[in-house]
Amino acid sequence: MSGKTGIPLVRIAKRDAVPFWKVCVFRVAAILLSLTVAGFLIMAITSLTGRPLNPIDVYKSMFDGAFGTTKRIWITVRDMLLLLCIGVGLAPAFKMRFWNIGAEGQILVGGVVTAACMFYLDALPTWTLLLIMMLCSLIAGALWGLLPAFFKAKFGTNETLFTLMMNYVAIQITSFFVDFWDKKQSHSVGIINSFTNAGWFPRVFGQQYFLNVVIVLAVTVFMYFYLKKSKHGYEIAVVGESENTARYAGINVKKVIMRTMLLSGAVCGLAGFIEVSGISHTISTMTAGGRGFTAIIVAWLAHFNSFAMILISSLITFLDRGAGQIASDYNLNGFASQMITGTILFFILGSEFFVNFRLIFRGKSAERSEKQ
Amino acid sequence: MENSAAVVMKGITKTFGSVIANHKVNLEIRKGEILSLLGENGSGKTTLMNMLSGIYFPDDGQIFVNGKKVTIHSPKDAYDLKIGMIHQHFKLVDVFTAAENIVLGLREKGRLDRNAVATRVREICGRYGFEVNPEQKVYTMSVSQKQTLEIVKVLYRGADILILDEPTAVLTPQETEKLFNVIRNMKADGKAVVIITHKLHEVLEISDRVAILRKGEYVGSVPTSEADELSLTEMMVGQKVSLNIDRPEPENRTLRLSVNNLSCVDENGFKRLDSVSFEAYGGEILGIAGISGCGQKELLEAVAGLQSVSSGSIEYYPPDGGEAKLLIGKTPKQIRNYGIALSFVPEDRLGMGLVGSMGMAENMMLKTYEHGFSPFTSKKEPTKLAESVRERFEVSTPGLSTPVRRLSGGNVQKVLVGREISNAPSVLMTAYAVRGLDINTSYTIYRLLNEQKEKGVAVIYVGEDLDVLLELSDRIMVMCAGRVNGIVDGRTATKEEVGLLMTKLDRKEGDSE
Repeated sequence: MSGKTGIPLVRIAKRDAVPFWKVCVFRVAAILLSLTVAGFLIMAITSLTGRPLNPIDVYKSMFDGAFGTTKRIWITVRDMLLLLCIGVGLAPAFKMRFWNIGAEGQILVGGVVTAACMFYLDALPTWTLLLIMMLCSLIAGALWGLLPAFFKAKFGTNETLFTLMMNYVAIQITSFFVDFWDKKQSHSVGIINSFTNAGWFPRVFGQQYFLNVVIVLAVTVFMYFYLKKSKHGYEIAVVGESENTARYAGINVKKVIMRTMLLSGAVCGLAGFIEVSGISHTISTMTAGGRGFTAIIVAWLAHFNSFAMILISSLITFLDRGAGQIASDYNLNGFASQMITGTILFFILGSEFFVNFRLIFRGKSAERSEKQ
Repeated sequence: MENSAAVVMKGITKTFGSVIANHKVNLEIRKGEILSLLGENGSGKTTLMNMLSGIYFPDDGQIFVNGKKVTIHSPKDAYDLKIGMIHQHFKLVDVFTAAENIVLGLREKGRLDRNAVATRVREICGRYGFEVNPEQKVYTMSVSQKQTLEIVKVLYRGADILILDEPTAVLTPQETEKLFNVIRNMKADGKAVVIITHKLHEVLEISDRVAILRKGEYVGSVPTSEADELSLTEMMVGQKVSLNIDRPEPENRTLRLSVNNLSCVDENGFKRLDSVSFEAYGGEILGIAGISGCGQKELLEAVAGLQSVSSGSIEYYPPDGGEAKLLIGKTPKQIRNYGIALSFVPEDRLGMGLVGSMGMAENMMLKTYEHGFSPFTSKKEPTKLAESVRERFEVSTPGLSTPVRRLSGGNVQKVLVGREISNAPSVLMTAYAVRGLDINTSYTIYRLLNEQKEKGVAVIYVGEDLDVLLELSDRIMVMCAGRVNGIVDGRTATKEEVGLLMTKLDRKEGDSE
């Protein structure tokens, strides 16, 4: 035993409850640190090309990409809202510890029925058509979410695999309809109703994305109160914590699972409606574009708090837009910008560890490090 | 330093977050002596011993083994120092044989020589009076056999210092006696033995010296010959306490619950309950005794509507004299509306009765959140209730919204029992209601149960401490392997009688962990 040096170099100890301001300090520190590291990364990469870049310039161009012009600001806001909407949709499911990784599919089916309405009901008045499209997308997404929930509740199937596979079914359905509606053999449906603009979100107060803002904010506020204050929200929290406790409390667990996924799927379907009718005016298998997965990070990082999700989805969208700008400004390919995004996300997720644990280095007694 | 000191711990401190588990604890363990480490739950006994056996690493302080300063990083270091710990929860591989479990983790060179292992196991067994069959698979063993195996495992590794964490918690009185004989043999062999426990009579029976911890701090040690139950309790609690449980005569006994031939099977097809029949009366405390896992949990859950049953009936007679109601087939909510409160405290306290991530106030509304027509929950009543539970039971919590998971085990328990009693039940079922509570709070709970009984409530008390069961209950129903093995009068029954009823049946079936 004498050969060992005694106390280990670093030990990990669980932290007690951390005050909110301290958590904020950790998060801000993580972002600053990540920007520094990413800066060095950029310098290292670009010095390979012989023209090392100043990281500050790179960040300027990121900022420029996200907020440089009024149009860019609106695009950033638009993308942020879409991500937020999906994150808000996922929140009840994940709060219930139902691993809904099927948002992609729920968005797609919502988008497909929206596109179908645009094709077949284009003669209807604008607002009537919008209302019908909205309802249809809600129902389609809800059914897509209900199916795995039903099997989970009745037969105890694994929802992770089930929702994931439902994504592929949705992709196949989408490609079938794309082919079905594709009249020019161009493997895409093109911009739907590009002359009549039927079923497009109308400009309100001159703003193209006004409706996006209204719908998503309404859903966000609704979800905040639904999860935090309502009886349903309470049931979701109990079921998520322990099914046994829920049964003990007399909660009908199966009903809650199905009802919650109905809601979760419906909101994701609504995101598909916003994407197709309010943003791209087209439908393809790329309509969801991986946002259904990114939104999982949004929901978890925000601890299912809708308002915190606004911040998180803003940050992620900013990174995404900024990274795209760097790529085009400096002739870097997409991978370089993804590395930056990845670095920053790594640090943000890593800060969660330091919120929950602290490190004790050799030579410091527990009491001394406690005071710091 | 004395010659006989096997281990000396000096100024040991260990914290978890802001919880101080041990604060500057000094302890001496001597060769050829049985030391009882006494303290209430949460007083830091197990944490202290875990640092000796390499599970935790102390934040501060020194450990000397045989007079030499050591650092213990891992259980392997502990074994090298001949320190072995038998944990409360067994660490055995079910599908392995006894011998395989014994050699598991030993890094011996060459092929495994089963015969040599078996011979040595038999030799150890012979020396101390164990009964272990090296070829028996662990999953066919009873709890006490598993425990014996754990001890042999530690001895096989050459341990001279043995630590037993609450060894008697899962044993019947007869098995406990057998264990104590073995421990005495080990002592005679010059080994140092530490027993962690909070059962006073066992301390007095087996140990030579008692060391007492209170709230993580070392209070002192006394030779057992100079101690009695009252003096030890005072050291443990830090104040004078009276150790008498009242037992008022039952008044106006009225039939409240009648269970007939109740049976249920688990998902593996094992019979968890086998033709259970009994009656519970208002104004009476019915105690249920039995080794853990012999059907108490299933029985209570069946009455509460949480356990599906394969046959039998449960009838409920309302206190207002209305018609008898059949409980089978009803949802937990319907049953609850009859006034049947289940305060169930399983191993994992937060797994059923409470929601760990929620605060006290939100936990108070677990069963009442649905009241009213508003789609939103009202926090006003639950907050008031939480405030009164906090006051009445002296729950120590930073705030009503602090997640109950952050509270200590005893406080979690108080929250749960407090809520159950406060909703004015007509049948109150408690399982292990005092597990993890300090002595004062335990007595508060007994008093509250008696209060409920005097109010005419039918109280069903599942307990593990036979002494308490015999002092508190009017009648005691003893369960064994899912069956009712006898119902005895709490005033006349003896401990031996109950202990025998707990084990008399063929134990293979009902015995899980």
